[in-house]
Amino acid sequence: MLTAILVMVSIAVVIGLALGWSAIKLKVEGNPLAEKIDAILPQTQCGQCGFPGCKPYANAIAKGEADINQCPPGGEDGVKKLAELLGVEAKPLDETHGTPKPKSVAFIDEQICIGCTLCIQACPVDAIAGAAKQMHTIIAAECTGCELCLPPCPVDCITMEPIVEDLPHWKWKHPVINLKRVA
Amino acid sequence: MSRELFKFKGGVHPPEHKSESNTRPIAVAPIPNFLVIPVRQHIGNPAKPLVHVGQSVLKGQMIAAADGYISAAVHAPTSGVISDINLQAVPHVSGLPDLCITLVTDGLEQWIDHGPIDYLALPPAALRMQLRDMGLAGLGGAVFPSAVKLDPGAAHTCPTLIINGGECEPWITCDEMLMRERADDILQGVAVMRHLLDSTEVLVGIEDNKPEALAAMQAAAAKLDFKVEIVAVPAIYPGGGAKQLIQTLTGQEVPSGKLSTDIGIQVFNVGTAYALARAVHHGEPLISRLVTVTGHVLRPQNFEVLIGTPMHTLITHAGDRHGTTGVLMGGPMMGMPMPDLKVPVVKATNCILVKSRELFPALPKALPCIRCTRCADVCPAELQPQELFRFAKAGDFGRAQEYHLFDCIECGCCSYVCPSHIPLVDFYRYAKSEIWANEKEKRAADLARERHEFRQFRLEREKKEKAEKLAAKTQAKRAELTTAPAGGAVASEADAKKALIAAALARAQAKKVEATPKNTDSLSAETQREIEEIEVRRAKIRELAHQPLETEEKPK
Ligand code: SF4
Ligand code: SF4
Ligand code: SF4
Ligand code: SF4
Repeated sequence: MLTAILVMVSIAVVIGLALGWSAIKLKVEGNPLAEKIDAILPQTQCGQCGFPGCKPYANAIAKGEADINQCPPGGEDGVKKLAELLGVEAKPLDETHGTPKPKSVAFIDEQICIGCTLCIQACPVDAIAGAAKQMHTIIAAECTGCELCLPPCPVDCITMEPIVEDLPHWKWKHPVINLKRVA
Repeated sequence: MSRELFKFKGGVHPPEHKSESNTRPIAVAPIPNFLVIPVRQHIGNPAKPLVHVGQSVLKGQMIAAADGYISAAVHAPTSGVISDINLQAVPHVSGLPDLCITLVTDGLEQWIDHGPIDYLALPPAALRMQLRDMGLAGLGGAVFPSAVKLDPGAAHTCPTLIINGGECEPWITCDEMLMRERADDILQGVAVMRHLLDSTEVLVGIEDNKPEALAAMQAAAAKLDFKVEIVAVPAIYPGGGAKQLIQTLTGQEVPSGKLSTDIGIQVFNVGTAYALARAVHHGEPLISRLVTVTGHVLRPQNFEVLIGTPMHTLITHAGDRHGTTGVLMGGPMMGMPMPDLKVPVVKATNCILVKSRELFPALPKALPCIRCTRCADVCPAELQPQELFRFAKAGDFGRAQEYHLFDCIECGCCSYVCPSHIPLVDFYRYAKSEIWANEKEKRAADLARERHEFRQFRLEREKKEKAEKLAAKTQAKRAELTTAPAGGAVASEADAKKALIAAALARAQAKKVEATPKNTDSLSAETQREIEEIEVRRAKIRELAHQPLETEEKPK
């Protein structure tokens, strides 16, 4: 009897210590909800949501100051994921913030570019290389397709080119199987 | 002296259909008028073209160089002239084009200088680089660059070397014919592998439905000065899968998510060993391979084919017939339907299987899964295919991964036995490719987040630095002008300011002089014109900039 009690007590003590230790050791830093939201947002940094980037929008959602359907690049899929995370009902995208577009990257017509550096200052992810009075180019791998560099260009030499599907980007499609109806 | 063999779980016995093509000897396929050679024939970075349109090349000349460690070079399969470097149809289910080099052949077969490599004298790393530059990649189907697989890594040794002569997939006989006719060469290649991997044990696994191949390999092995064990393994599909062959021969299972080298075993296909022997003992890069052309053709046979040969020329050569319903690259279990018969034979092409309605009747319509678990019984990877199917279909990729989706070797056993005729493997491929794409997107998003955050940090820092610099400069200038005034007169605050402005003006003037380009003395007419055009454009922009902004805000 006594041994049984001792065993139970010592197990309780060990588990208690372990729990206490993990609560201290594995504590999450920062605002975990905003970070989780930010992890879902596409990081295009385009500002279409009405905030100056994805992080501020994430913070606003976390504080309940913004709705979850304001990010067009994230699309319906993004809204669904946010709804899942926050345990709320998914809703259609708010069209006042724009509609999803096919993923594109910016392209500078190097014949026309005058090297004014205005686009460099606009790019939120430093995806444009160039210096004053030098022709500029986009680092396609780093361009998020936010379109923020289009308006400042004085000679309109930047266009958005949709990413064409090539072999490295190709995906298997969801198989279409016509399931036979069974009565 | 027979070895104890082990059995892996699952497997099926589809009709073999080997005798159609293994009753004729290997023939050399004719050289077509032109070859289309993709630069992406292996896993890893595509090779970088080295040639230009119009250039004459010799047989065996490198036309595209390996790009990075996991890559392989590409060579001219025969002599001729490069006629095109552009996007063309390649043997891929998607039908999407990829970068190819087109070579118009001259029929002269003029070789570039080449000769055997003294591989024992070379340091292993140098030998591996040479093999990469000779374009060697696994010919069993995965086309992983062989040089990478021949690197034993930190362990410096890979105790067990397994040569895969299983060829379990129905219809395909190229490995079998290679073993029957060129066993000595294969084992010469094995000797090089053994040397590079420092292996102590060499096993060759051959399915017991190939007695001639077993006998030929045994005879060749008897001539060697090191021990190679030729082992007959039971014929069962997919017994020739690398993981399954390892299990059959050694009883060891490759743990989920690990490589066979993690348990000290490396596996190569017999075709790869043969290509390695040609490379090392003859100095020939990988420019041809054996291809089984079978199914709905008049004379099914194995051909030695130059890489880049359009598939339809091979089918014509083997005797095309009416009623063709499609062509697979590979066998009926794992093969890929070809979108176009213009596509070339590549390093991965082991078989061209021509389909007809009689040989491959259309599958009946799929029915819902009845959860009979027959698929689970035959799955050699010991998965639960019916669950994977459920999750993949619903787009629940997380659960699919929890059920070890990535252990699926896409062998097709499950689809083969499914009484509901569900194309299960297509769902697994779809799910895998979605997961990869998601991961890629995630990585891109992480990069964007990082760069955005860094930019904000940079802007903040620059702002601070600018302010500090400005403050320091004004301070210094002011001090300079007040402590050293002309004639020793005490300058007032206003004077100091005036001097400051004058100094700035002088600096700007000097800068202007400097900014005018000085290399305008001996310009070609063309450059001069370009400069003028740019000047005109600049002037126009300047003009635009000074115009009132009436166009900017359109009235609504
Ligand atoms: S709308 Fe643009 S900035 Fe806002 S969360 Fe979406 S991607 Fe980020
Ligand atoms: S290059 Fe233009 S479109 Fe691309 S990320 Fe930068 S600002 Fe956005
Ligand atoms: S064999 Fe087909 S029907 Fe049976 S459990 Fe598997 S998927 Fe379902
Ligand atoms: S295709 Fe995948 S799930 Fe199906 S039997 Fe083969 S390994 Fe198992």
